Amino acid sequence: MIRLLDLRSEKSGYCFPVSEKMWGILGRRAVDGGFSASSFRRMRSGLVSARSYAAGSKEMTVRDALNSAIDEEMSADPKVFVMGEEVGQYQGAYKITKGLLEKYGPERVYDTPITEAGFTGIGVGAAYAGLKPVVEFMTFNFSMQAIDHIINSAAKSNYMSAGQINVPIVFRGPNGAAAGVGAQHSQCYAAWYASVPGLKVLAPYSAEDARGLLKAAIRDPDPVVFLENELLYGESFPISEEALDSSFCLPIGKAKIEREGKDVTITTFSKMVGFALKAAEKLAEEGISAEVINLRSIRPLDRATINASVRKTSRLVTVEEGFPQHGVCAEICASVVEESFSYLDAPVERIAGADVPMPYAANLERLALPQVEDIVRAAKRACFRSK
Amino acid sequence: MRLAISATTYRMVLLLRDSHQIQSLVIVTPWWIRSQVLVHTKTPIVMDFPGGKVAFTPEIHFISESNEERVPCYRVLDDNGQQLTNSQFVPVSKEIAVKMYSDMVTLQMMDNIFYEAQRQGRLSFYATAFGEEAINIASAAALSPDDVIFPQYREPGVLLWRGFTLQEFANQCFGNKSDYGKGRQMPVHYGSNKLNYFTVSATIAYSLLTQLLPNAVGAAYSLKMDEKDACAVTFFGDGGSSEGDFHAALNFAAVMEAPVLFICRNNGWAISTPTSDQFRSDGVVVKGRAYGIRSIRVDGNDALAMYSAVHEAREMAIREHRPILIEALTYRVGHHSTSDDSTRYRSADEIEWWNKARNPLSRFRTWVESNGWWSDEAESDLRSKIKKEMLEAIRVAEKTEKPNLNHMFSDVYDVPPLNLREQELLVRQAIKSHPQDYPSDVPL
Repeated sequence: MIRLLDLRSEKSGYCFPVSEKMWGILGRRAVDGGFSASSFRRMRSGLVSARSYAAGSKEMTVRDALNSAIDEEMSADPKVFVMGEEVGQYQGAYKITKGLLEKYGPERVYDTPITEAGFTGIGVGAAYAGLKPVVEFMTFNFSMQAIDHIINSAAKSNYMSAGQINVPIVFRGPNGAAAGVGAQHSQCYAAWYASVPGLKVLAPYSAEDARGLLKAAIRDPDPVVFLENELLYGESFPISEEALDSSFCLPIGKAKIEREGKDVTITTFSKMVGFALKAAEKLAEEGISAEVINLRSIRPLDRATINASVRKTSRLVTVEEGFPQHGVCAEICASVVEESFSYLDAPVERIAGADVPMPYAANLERLALPQVEDIVRAAKRACFRSK
Repeated sequence: MRLAISATTYRMVLLLRDSHQIQSLVIVTPWWIRSQVLVHTKTPIVMDFPGGKVAFTPEIHFISESNEERVPCYRVLDDNGQQLTNSQFVPVSKEIAVKMYSDMVTLQMMDNIFYEAQRQGRLSFYATAFGEEAINIASAAALSPDDVIFPQYREPGVLLWRGFTLQEFANQCFGNKSDYGKGRQMPVHYGSNKLNYFTVSATIAYSLLTQLLPNAVGAAYSLKMDEKDACAVTFFGDGGSSEGDFHAALNFAAVMEAPVLFICRNNGWAISTPTSDQFRSDGVVVKGRAYGIRSIRVDGNDALAMYSAVHEAREMAIREHRPILIEALTYRVGHHSTSDDSTRYRSADEIEWWNKARNPLSRFRTWVESNGWWSDEAESDLRSKIKKEMLEAIRVAEKTEKPNLNHMFSDVYDVPPLNLREQELLVRQAIKSHPQDYPSDVPL
C-alpha cells in the first residue's frame, strides 16, 4: 500500500495529508466499486497539479513530535525539567515523556504524588526561583484542581509584582474530548484559560505545530497553557526538514492558513482542523472554496489573520469542540463583527460541542461533538446554499 | 533434664531462638505424647507490605486522637523577660539584639501610624502585626539574606529587618509612582526582589490562603538543585493550615526533601474563627509528624526562642535537605485588618491582657536591658526618631504622583502583545477626547 503522498503546493500553501487510513478507505472503495468518476478525477487532478514530495518525505506522529521537542529543549537548557504524574518510571501516561527519565535522571523528570494543586504550586515556585518547569496534567480536566495556581500564582504574578517575578512555566496535557471517557474527562478548557490576561494558550494540530509550538512555549518567559489532544497523539503528519531541526520554533500568536479559499472562512483549532479540512474537501466538490485557518494560538488570538480572511471571503464559520457559551468561537465572532462588519455577507456561524456534559455512550458522544457534516452544512448556510 | 524431642522440633526451636523472637520457651513432654514446644514470642513476627516492614499486634488498639499531654512549647525568657535557668538558646550579640529590639519597636510604631492613617481616610486599607513583632523580627534575624521568603500578610517585619525603608513601605501603601508594585496592589502587599521577599499576593490574604506554600517548596527544590546555601521560608497562620495547599505542600516537601521552613503563626484567631473551630488536633505542630516532617512548638512572643528555633531549623533544612515545621504560639492583638472590628467576637479584656501582660516587646526589652544594652533614654530617642521618620514618609508618599497610565498595560506579559498596545492607544484617545470623564491626577 502506498504510504503517504505529500500533496503540497507551494503556491497555495495547501497541504492535504492523506493518511494511511484514508488511502486504505479509498482503496477499499475502489475495490467495492464505490469510486465515483468525480472523486477519481479530483484525486488525479490533485496528483497532477500539486507538487508531490514522494518517497523521501518524513512523517512524524504528534507523540514523537512532542517527545522530541521536550527532549531537545531539555538538552539545550539545563533549567528545563519535567514534572507530573507517571511522567518518569511509567514513561508518561500517554508516553509523551518516553525515554526522558533514562536520559536525564530523576532530578529532571520528576514523578509527583497525586496532588495537582500541590505539584502545580511547586512547579510555579520552581519557576519563581528561575527553573523552567514543564508540568504535565494527565488531562486538563485535572487542572481544575490546580487552577488557582495556574491563574493566581502563575498568570498574574508578573503583573502583580510589577515585572519582578516572571514565571517561565509550561502547563501541558491532553484537552477536550477523547473517545468514551465521559463527562468529567472530556471538557475543553481553551475558553477558560484564554480569557485570563497573563497566560498564553496554544493548541497544536499537526506534528509540526506540536514541535514548533511546544519549543516556543518552553522558551517563552511567560506562563503557557499547551492544549494537546489525546486522539491526535497517534496520528502521523508529514514534517519538513526545517521542522526537524532542533532550533525550529513557531511564533506564538500567528495562525496558519491550512488551505486557501475564497468563498468562506472556517476557523478552528486542534482536532477540528482535520475535520475542517475534510469538510473543505467536500465543499470543493460542490464548488464552494473554503479557507481553513488553524488558529494554533488561542491567546493571543491572531485577529489580523482571521479578519483579513473574512474580508476576503465575506463569510465566517467558526468551529470548536468545547461548550458553546462563552467559547473561543464566541470571541472570534465578536472580533469579526467588531472589526469587519461591513465585509460580512452572511451571519457568522458557530459550530461547537453540544451544551451538555459529555455523554459516555458512543452514539451519544458522536452526536455531542461537531462532525464533518455539521461544518459542511454550516458553510453552505453561510453561502446561502441551504437553510 | 534430658529430653527426647524430634529433630523437626529441635530445628524449629533453634530457628525461633536465633530470630530473637522468643521471650520464653517451654518444652512440654507428657509421657503419652510427643514433645510439644510452647513458644512465647516477645514481639510478633513482622511482615513486608508495600512501604516496608510492620510488626503485627494481636490487640485491637486505636491510636488516641490526641496525646495525654500537649506538645511542650520551647521558650527562653519567662513572662517577665527573665532568662529561664537551663534554657538552651543560640547566643545573640549586642548588635543583633539591639537591632532586633529597635526593629520590633519600629514595626509596632509603623503599624500604629499606618493604622491611624487608614482610620483618617488617607489609606484605603491596612493590616497590623500587633502582638507578633517577635515572630517577625526574630525569624528574619535568624535567616540569611539569601533565604527566599514567601510571606502571608502579617510579616512586614521580615522586610523591615532586611532593609526596606519606611518610605518604601509608605510608597506601597499609597500606591504612588515610587511603589515597586507600580500601584497594582492593595496596601500591605509588599514585595522586593532585591531583598528576596516575594510579593504578598492578594489571593493569600482573602480567598486563597497559603497559596504560596507549595510555591515555597518548588523554590526550595530549585535551591537544592543549584546547591545554594539557602532555604525557602514561608509563613501562614492557624487558619491557613486548613487549606488544601498546606497539606499538599508539607507532603511534597517531605517527599522531595526540600530545604523549606514552614512557620505557622498560631495567633488563636482566623478573622473571627477561634482555633477550637479551626482544627481539633493539638495545634499545628503535630501535623508535621503526619507528613514525616520534623517540627517544633515555640513561644512566638519570646524573641530569643524564636531566634534560636529558626536558626537551628535553617541549619537542619539546608544541611540535611529536609523541611521543618515551626509552630509559633502567639496572639493577634490587633484586628484582622482595618475591615474588621474584633471586639464583636472576642472580649476587649482578653485583647488588653495579651497586649499588656504578654507583650513580646517588653519581655525582650527586659532581657536586653539586663545585659546593659538598652536604656530608657535609648527608648525615647528611638521612638521620637521613628515617629518623625514615619510622618515624613507619609507626607512624601501622599504628595508623590500616582503611577503612569502605561503601567496599566505593562508586565501582563514579558513583552506587551499587540492587543494590549492597541487598547492603550484607545484609552489615550478616549482621554484626549473626553478629559472631563477621567481623573486629572493620573499622569499620562
